[in-house]
Amino acid sequence: MSHADTMPKPRRNVELLLLVLALSVSIGANALISIDEQTSLDTDFWFQSSLLAAASLVFHVVLRLRAKYADPVMLPLVVALNGLGLAMIHRLDAPGDDTGNNQLRWTVIAMAVAIAVIWFLKDHRVLRRFTYISLAVSALLLILPLVPGISAGEILGARVWIRLGPMTFQPGEVAKITLAIFFAGYLSSNRDLIMLAGRKIGPMQFPRFKDMGPMITAWLVSIGVLIFQRDLGSSVLFFGLFIVMIYVATSRISWVVIGLTLILGGGFVASKVFSHVALRIDSWLNAFTEEVFGRSPGGSGQIVEGLFGMASGGLVGTGLGQGRPNLVPFANSDMIIASFGEELGLIGLFAIVMMYLLLFTRGFRAALGTRDAFGKLLACGLSFAVALQCFVVIGGVTRLIPLTGLTTPFLAAGGSSLLANWIIVGLLLMISHTARGPVDTSPMQPGRTPEAQKPAPVTAAGSRQDRNTTQTLPDAPTEAVKHL
Amino acid sequence: MNQAIRHSWIAAIAMFALIFGAISYVQVVGADELKANPWNRRAILQNYCNDRGAILVGGSAIAESVPGNESCKFQRRYNQPELYAGLTGYFSRSYGVTGLESAMDAQLAGSSDQLFFDRIGQLFLGNQPKGASVELTIDPKIQKLAYDLIPDGQRGSIVVTDPKTGNILAMVSKPSYDPNLIATQDVAKEQAAYNAAIKVPGVNLNPSVSGPTGALLAPGSVFKLVDTAAALNSGKYNADSVLPNPAQMSFPGIQYQLPNYAGGNCYTRNTASFAFALQQSCNTPFASIARDLGEKAIAEQASKFGFNSDLGDQLKLDYAPSIFPSDLDAAGLAQSAIGQRDVRATPLQIALMTSAIANSGVQMAPNLIKAVRSPDLRVIDQPKPVALRTSTTPEIAGQITEWMTSVVSEGIGSGAAVPGVEVAGKTGTAELGDGLNNSWFTGFAPANDPQVSVTVVMQGVDITAGAQLTSPNAKRIFEAVLNK
Repeated sequence: MSHADTMPKPRRNVELLLLVLALSVSIGANALISIDEQTSLDTDFWFQSSLLAAASLVFHVVLRLRAKYADPVMLPLVVALNGLGLAMIHRLDAPGDDTGNNQLRWTVIAMAVAIAVIWFLKDHRVLRRFTYISLAVSALLLILPLVPGISAGEILGARVWIRLGPMTFQPGEVAKITLAIFFAGYLSSNRDLIMLAGRKIGPMQFPRFKDMGPMITAWLVSIGVLIFQRDLGSSVLFFGLFIVMIYVATSRISWVVIGLTLILGGGFVASKVFSHVALRIDSWLNAFTEEVFGRSPGGSGQIVEGLFGMASGGLVGTGLGQGRPNLVPFANSDMIIASFGEELGLIGLFAIVMMYLLLFTRGFRAALGTRDAFGKLLACGLSFAVALQCFVVIGGVTRLIPLTGLTTPFLAAGGSSLLANWIIVGLLLMISHTARGPVDTSPMQPGRTPEAQKPAPVTAAGSRQDRNTTQTLPDAPTEAVKHL
Repeated sequence: MNQAIRHSWIAAIAMFALIFGAISYVQVVGADELKANPWNRRAILQNYCNDRGAILVGGSAIAESVPGNESCKFQRRYNQPELYAGLTGYFSRSYGVTGLESAMDAQLAGSSDQLFFDRIGQLFLGNQPKGASVELTIDPKIQKLAYDLIPDGQRGSIVVTDPKTGNILAMVSKPSYDPNLIATQDVAKEQAAYNAAIKVPGVNLNPSVSGPTGALLAPGSVFKLVDTAAALNSGKYNADSVLPNPAQMSFPGIQYQLPNYAGGNCYTRNTASFAFALQQSCNTPFASIARDLGEKAIAEQASKFGFNSDLGDQLKLDYAPSIFPSDLDAAGLAQSAIGQRDVRATPLQIALMTSAIANSGVQMAPNLIKAVRSPDLRVIDQPKPVALRTSTTPEIAGQITEWMTSVVSEGIGSGAAVPGVEVAGKTGTAELGDGLNNSWFTGFAPANDPQVSVTVVMQGVDITAGAQLTSPNAKRIFEAVLNK
C-alpha cells in the first residue's frame, strides 16, 4: 500500500463534477417543462435556474472550506432530487399558482440553514451536549401543533401544522432530527448498561424492565402523535427511528422484536379504536370498491387516481409535461411520486428511488466510518429515517402499505420537510467529514489551538480502525477531538 | 456496532426492494388492468380532443367530431340529439362514455386492430389520429316517425326490426335528453345537464342506454305468445285443442282469484280455442296451460325466446336481461303466464321474440351496425346476419303467426290492420296496480313474408290511451316501412 492510497482524499472536485451533472438534470427538467408550456425560457426560468445553481455552488464552496472530507456524492444527489422536485412542482402549478416559487424560496432557506449548521457547528459531536435539551425541544415541537393560538388547526384530518405569520409549518419534521439527537446521545452514554444487564430467554437476551424506559418513552411519543395529531406516518417514522438506533446501540435483536411487537400491538389497537386509522386501512385494503372509492374524506380516490397515473406512465412515461398528473389529488406533495411515475415512467422513477438508495447508503457509510458512538448512532438513525420515510411514502402511493401523510424527502412541496431534510443532509455531511477525514485521537490539551495539531499520519479511515477505537474507548470524551 | 449498522442498512435495502417491486407491479405488470378500470378517466382524456369517427344514419352524421377551441382541437357534436340519444350515448369528460360511443369506441377512436395500418400511416405522415366512422342500420325516416308517435310527456319505447336479419331499423324511447350538454367542455354546464337529466324518470344515463334496451317492464299479455309456443311444443296441445275459459281461476288454499280479461269478449264462452283466446287475450286459458305444463316448461320456452339471458353482444349496447322468475307457487305461475307479477322484459326483448316467430322460429341477433369505414372510406367491417338461437320450430311459428294474424283481423288488435297487407300481432296490457297499465303491441307484416316487426310499449297509460297509442301507431310504422 502506498502512502497516497491511505491518505484521505477530499474528493471535492468529484463533487463539483457530479454537482454540475445534478444541476443539468434539474435545470434541464425545468427547461423541458417551460418549453412544453410554451412560456419559452423566460426570465423566470433563468432566475430560478441560476438561483438553484448559485445556492448549490455556495454549498459546495462551504464544504471545501469547512468539511473538505465530506462525502462527495450526497450533495449532488440531494440537489438533483430537490431540483427535480422543483421542476415537477413548477410543472403542476396551475396558472396563478405560486407553489413552485415558494418551494424555491424554501429550498434556498433550507440550504442556507444547512450551510449554517455546517459552518457554526463544525463538529457533530458538539450536539451530544444537547441530549436532554433535544428531548425537551422534541417534546415542545410535538406539542406545539396542539396548542391553541399557535396551532393551525386540523388540516386534512391531521393536527401537525403550526401558524408562523402567513406560513404554516410542520414542527414534527424537525422533531425527527431532535429526537434522533436525543436517542443518539442517550444511547451512546447508556448503551453498556442496557447491553449488559438483562435476562436470556432462548437465543435472545431481553433487557431489564427498568432499562426499557426510553423504549416506553419512544413508544408513548409515537402513540401520542398518532392519537393527538392523527399522524400515522410520523408515528411509524419516530418509532422506526428509535428501534433502529437502539438496535445499533446494543446489537440486540431482542429490541427489534420488542419494538415491532409494541408497534404492531399499538397499531392493531389503534386501528380498532381510532376511526382515522381504521379508514386508512380500509381505503388501502378495499381501495377498488365503489363505496370506499367515493368516500370523502378518508376514501381511496387519491391513491387509486395515483395508481391510474402511474399505470398510464408505464415503462417509459408520458414525458415531462405530457401526462395528466393533475388528476391526482395532492399531485405536488403527498402524491408527487405518482406524478413522477406517470411522466418519467418506471425507468425515471427507478432512477429517483435509486438516488434515495444511494443517499441513505452514503449515510450508512458515514455511520460505519465515523469513530464515535454518538456519530454512528446519529448517522445511522438519520439515514434510516430517510429510507423509512421513502418506504412509507412510496409504499403508500403504490398501495404496498396503507397511505399515510408523510412527505417525500426533497421532492414534495412543503417548506418544513425541505428544511428538515436539508438539515439532515448537513449533519450527515458533517459526520462523513469526520468519518473520511484524517484521524487525530490525541485528546485536546488546554491552550493548544486546533491549527497546531498535526493529523496522525497513517491512520486511515475505515472500519478496521474504528472498531478498535470504539471498543477500547466506547465512551471517550470525543467532543474535544478537532480536525483540520 | 458496525455489524448492527450493516444489518440496518440491509433492512433499508430490503424496504427499497419492496418499493422497486411495488412500482414494477403498478407501472408494468398490473398497468393494463388499471388502465381498463372504468373509473380511470385518463383513457377518455387521452382521446377526448382527437378526431373521432362519425356515427352515420342514412348517410348523415348523428354524432361527429367538429373543430373545437384552442385547448381541445375537436369537440363531439350530436345532431338531432334527442332523437338518437338512446343509440349514440355520450362522450363526456366527466361522466365517461356510454351507448355506441362506448360500444364502438375502438373503431371510433381509431385504436381498433382493424385500423392498425391506418395508424401507422398517420404516424408517418404526422397527421392527427382519426377514427373510423360507423354507419347504422337505422332508417332515419322510420326513426323520426317512431319518435314522433310517442307523445311528448309520455314514457314509451318503439323498436322496429327486420326479423330476417336482426337489423334494427328504429329504436326510440321517450323521454330523451341532449347528449351535447353532457359532452360539452364546460364542466359546470356538463354537471348541471347531467344532474338535470338523471332526475327525469325514464332517462337512463348510465349504464343502461335507453328505454328499448334498458327498461325492464311487465310484458302483460304479449307473454301469452310464450305460453302458446310452450303448449304446442309440449305435444299435449294442438291447433284444435279446446281450452278451459272460466271467468275466474281459483287456487287451492288462498282467496285470490285470477280474473279473465275484461276488455274483450272472453266472458261470452266457458271454453276457447287458441285462436279465440289469443284474439280476445283471455287470461284463464293461458293460466291453465301454465298450470298443466308446469313452471319448468314455461321457463324453458321463455329462455328460448331470450329471457334470463343475453341478447347477443353484436348489439354492443348495454342492456338488462329480461326476467322470468323461478320457484313460483300455483297463483304466481298463473300470473306469470300472463306476463304479470315479476316477469320483466325490455322492449327489445319482446321485439326479438316476435321477430323469432316471424322468422320461422329462428331468432336473429339484433344488429345496429351496417358498416365500419376507415378514414379513407374503405369498409373494414360489415356485420353479417347471425342466428342467435332457435326459439321454436317452423311449424309452431307458422301456427302462431296464423293466430296472430287473426288477432289483427278479427280480435282486439284490429287497430294495427293495414289495408291490403296481412298483419300479425299481439296486444298486451300489464296492470301496474294503480289503474294504469303498460300497454303493448308487438307484431309483424306481411304475415306470409315478414319484412318488418314492430314493438310498441307505452308506460303508465289507461286502457283507452293505451289502445290508441299502440296498435294504431304500429299500423303507421307498418305502412311507412312497406310503403303503403
